[in-house]
Amino acid sequence: MPAMNIIQALNSAMDVLLDGDPDVVIFGEDAGYFGGVFKATDGLQAKYGLDRVFDAPINEAAIAAMAIGMAARGLKPIAEIQFADYIFPAIDQIVSEMSRIRYRSAGQFTAGCVIRSPWGGGIRGGQTHSMSPEAFFTHVPGLQVVVPSNPYDAKGMLIAAVESGDPVIFFEPKRIYNGPFDGVPDKPLSSWARHPKGEVPQGRYTVELGKAELVREGSACTLITYGTLVHVAEAAAEHCGIDVEIIDLKSLVPYDIETIAASVNKTGRVVVAQEAPRTSGFAAELAAQIQEECFYALEAPIFRLTGWDTPYPHAHEWAYFPTRDRMIRALKTVTEA
Amino acid sequence: MSNGQSRFHVPTPPFRPGDAPDFSYLNLPKAGTARRPDALASWRETVDLATGLVGVLDHNHQAVGDWDPRLSPELMREGLSHMVLTRIYDERMLKLQRQGKMSFYMKSAGEEAVAVAAAMALRPTDMVFPSYRQQGILFARGRNIVDMMCHCISNSRDNLKGRQLPVHYAWAEGHFFTVSGNLGTQFPQAVGYAMACAYKGEDRIAASWIGDGTTAEGDFHGALTLASTYRAPVILNVVNNQWAISSHQNIALGDAPTFAAKGLGYGLASLRVDGNDFLAVYAATQWAAERARKGGGATLLELFTYRADAHSTSDDPSKYRPKTEAGLWPLGDPVERLKQHLIGRGEWDETRHDTLVEAMTTLVVRSYKEAESHGTLHDGPLSPTESIFEDVYARPDWRLRRQRQDLGV
Repeated sequence: MPAMNIIQALNSAMDVLLDGDPDVVIFGEDAGYFGGVFKATDGLQAKYGLDRVFDAPINEAAIAAMAIGMAARGLKPIAEIQFADYIFPAIDQIVSEMSRIRYRSAGQFTAGCVIRSPWGGGIRGGQTHSMSPEAFFTHVPGLQVVVPSNPYDAKGMLIAAVESGDPVIFFEPKRIYNGPFDGVPDKPLSSWARHPKGEVPQGRYTVELGKAELVREGSACTLITYGTLVHVAEAAAEHCGIDVEIIDLKSLVPYDIETIAASVNKTGRVVVAQEAPRTSGFAAELAAQIQEECFYALEAPIFRLTGWDTPYPHAHEWAYFPTRDRMIRALKTVTEA
Repeated sequence: MSNGQSRFHVPTPPFRPGDAPDFSYLNLPKAGTARRPDALASWRETVDLATGLVGVLDHNHQAVGDWDPRLSPELMREGLSHMVLTRIYDERMLKLQRQGKMSFYMKSAGEEAVAVAAAMALRPTDMVFPSYRQQGILFARGRNIVDMMCHCISNSRDNLKGRQLPVHYAWAEGHFFTVSGNLGTQFPQAVGYAMACAYKGEDRIAASWIGDGTTAEGDFHGALTLASTYRAPVILNVVNNQWAISSHQNIALGDAPTFAAKGLGYGLASLRVDGNDFLAVYAATQWAAERARKGGGATLLELFTYRADAHSTSDDPSKYRPKTEAGLWPLGDPVERLKQHLIGRGEWDETRHDTLVEAMTTLVVRSYKEAESHGTLHDGPLSPTESIFEDVYARPDWRLRRQRQDLGV
């Protein structure tokens, strides 16, 4: 199997989808000829033509609405929002329309489509290129929200998302597009070629949405996270001397409560980590659900490791970001409690 | 306009309660004077039409000028019948709302031609993305009235399972998209749908309707941008009924000459149309549909009309506009104008009209009795309670399964 980075894996997923289904169309700002600012759609217009992969005007609401209208006519649109930070002009179309077309028409119309968007921090992007706005969308009935953490999952989950028939917000951790990140700032980038999940089959396969993955088994503490922080968590586990169990959530809606509960019931101690600001973040949902499911198994308060309740800073990015060292401190706090 | 100094400015309507309305300021061009360009002409050929007025029926109810669609008397009688039914249905539903039979209602009084004539000029398979005041489309497309009422009273036969406010219809079989309550969202969606039709090589087109006030929404401008960029086979209708609840159209219009003129800046063919003139609405829609189907792209139509009654059952228009306005509206009433046209041609008379009104009233009254036999919002039966957990996703996930158990249904 060839080694791919996440960009190449996404590109391969879209290649497979375009090739296999004439109803798949792809569009977004700079997503056509140029192949997207992160090159996820590179070469696809040349291969499949202007009708299948095309540029969209800079109007995120119109991009989302176009996807809804096309999906209502049976197409399977994949729309790119250039940065997750830019998704807010589309919020009415996504929250009030896309998510509810099936429900409010009692199944007469559907709006199955995928909104792909580069997400998260760690690239010195400042406040408008670093956000993790997943909680705005996990709060919306009718949407699925997913965040892959490696090339293999990125491809398999994108194919599964397009084939799911319901709208999917597909957030891509852009810090790890080109290689996993261990949460230690300013170290040279490592390569997906040396990571087992960097091996990506050429053809079609899916990774089931709604299923988490135990990426490290342990007995002392459960660390639940998604996206870039999965790799930070693995690095923290290697360096903290604690037997940490790590769950890569992958799907936030719906999330895999069975895998979470089984682990927490085993370890009794939990860190939930997200890059987003703390208040009303997705970690809060997980913490609440875990205490409902596993209250009598818990031996310490659930620890939320998060960004701060500030806008995402530029110069002080690493003071905001949940780095490896902060994660180690969190694990110690929870296991020593 | 300017005294050489910038001043904070908020527009006011020409008339408020207590004023004597005088619509002569509108300077509306006479019916029959507008040119009719070829349906595939450049948008530049519509510049004068965007600030003028496409009209067919003149003040003597004669059909005049290039835009006369020369419809058969049968077709016009059918249109009249749909408009009469729309009006009687609305009146009856309003009365029932006042009796507490439904939570809310919105009439389309005075605007019946906008929906009915457009629906008749389109093909039955063309996809429509209406707002909440185009119920006339449903009558023109032959929807079962009992089904419409069952939706409005949210009973066990409501095809939307009680999920939507009254008049927010959806009818896939009739190619009628689900009506939103958020303004203007359907405009760019219609463009996406039209693009998909073109992508699939179909000759179906899409049409959407918003009000004058909604042109201020970003989705209006997004829709026009998409429609122009991708030359989508879509008709974008702005129903200028002068009022957005209590805000006069000038709150959205600003100093623009007309709403239709806004389409010109996007390079779209744009027409202002007498929205109370059944024949003009039919002709303009037919022109725009031909343009869309033959690859000429989108058209922006401004239907110039007047909302003759309240916005909804939640407002009292006498609080914000003179009561006499509707009666003085210079473009008259769409039902009366088509009726008089047919009478003038010897194709209709008062007796036949009375018979039609009587038949439609009977139909509506009888239909409501039948609808009520399937339940009402207050007394039930409603759709099964567990149905609130259906259709959120194709398949409910564990959260919805558990929450349904928590509710005990």
